[in-house]
Amino acid sequence: MKLKQLEMALEDVDVFEKPKIHLEQYPTTPHLAACFLYDAQNRFDDIEGKMVCDLGCGTGMLSIGASILGASYVCGIDVDDDALCIAAQNVGHIRFCTIEETETQGEKTEADPSGSDAGDEEETRIKMATVAVEERRWRARACYDTVIMNPPFGTRCKGMDIIFLLSGLCLARRAVYSMHKTSTREHLLKKAAQYGLQMEVLAQLKFDVPAMYDFHKKSNVVIEVDLIRIEVPPSGVPPSLITVIASSHSWFA
Amino acid sequence: MILLTHNMLASPMKEASKQLHLKIECEEKVEKEQEYNADFLNRMIERIDWNSFCAAAQSLDVGNGLPESKEQVDSSNEEQMKKIHHALMEVDVVKGSLVCTETGRKFPIAAGIPNMLLNQDEL
Repeated sequence: MKLKQLEMALEDVDVFEKPKIHLEQYPTTPHLAACFLYDAQNRFDDIEGKMVCDLGCGTGMLSIGASILGASYVCGIDVDDDALCIAAQNVGHIRFCTIEETETQGEKTEADPSGSDAGDEEETRIKMATVAVEERRWRARACYDTVIMNPPFGTRCKGMDIIFLLSGLCLARRAVYSMHKTSTREHLLKKAAQYGLQMEVLAQLKFDVPAMYDFHKKSNVVIEVDLIRIEVPPSGVPPSLITVIASSHSWFA
Repeated sequence: MILLTHNMLASPMKEASKQLHLKIECEEKVEKEQEYNADFLNRMIERIDWNSFCAAAQSLDVGNGLPESKEQVDSSNEEQMKKIHHALMEVDVVKGSLVCTETGRKFPIAAGIPNMLLNQDEL
């Protein structure tokens, strides 16, 4: 599948109805999601046939994209019920197979509206759960291959971006993909190096933040965002990292 | 919620141990056929908690014929593998609860989505 096709398929994914500012709900745009996943698949083979977890999945943009690219199973996790309801609808609506069909026929735009139950099989590959990531009290063991996320940037709740990242590292066997403000790049690189983790900045993207909330004065703000990949070593994340998480969250055994 | 998803969840209660099995109280389930992929299934078997999976499968009446332990899984036995595939991937609990067996706290499953959030006073 071509990047453009993936992006077009994701255009139909509905976003937040009433975004919640305390959760920093900014929708991942189809363009951003497509770039993100396309890289993960084509450069690193981290999506197709893999078990994927989408932390803070919101309305499911990245989950659906990963499924379109052939993930065997995607678990979308979010703290917000309302967002997950929309995500469930999105999963039901997207007609995955028609996209693949048009691709093989060499056509590119029109998805067949009569597309029967083509989406059914894909639908069953995406499952969701309401879990507070910051509590991380689900089985935080490396049970997924790849963790993908567009986490809160930690502007409303300080440190939330790092908590998401650490959670992802505990859940993944291969790699964690995430987006962070470019302004935090040096800090993240230093932290990763400190724990002997390989972090690569895959791309610097522009994240279009529309004026969704009352406190936004400008109509539209573009912030610079890094798409990063952190590789999980074959032996798992270093125990010292897990200790760090443990000390800030007493429950983490 | 399929059993693969269930297997990755744990009770968020402070008192509960992380390895605790969450009991399923199923009010409604649907079965949806899923493509059988032996490679993927083998990798999943390797990483799931087998006892928890079997207990969950029993409670949903799809536990018959499942090997009692992971060691007894024979990946060349397709009939057995398909049973595991069915229980793990194809049975979807759309309504019901997950019960923390240590505290009795119930977590609702609605529209197939388990809700593991705690109330303020439980944090």
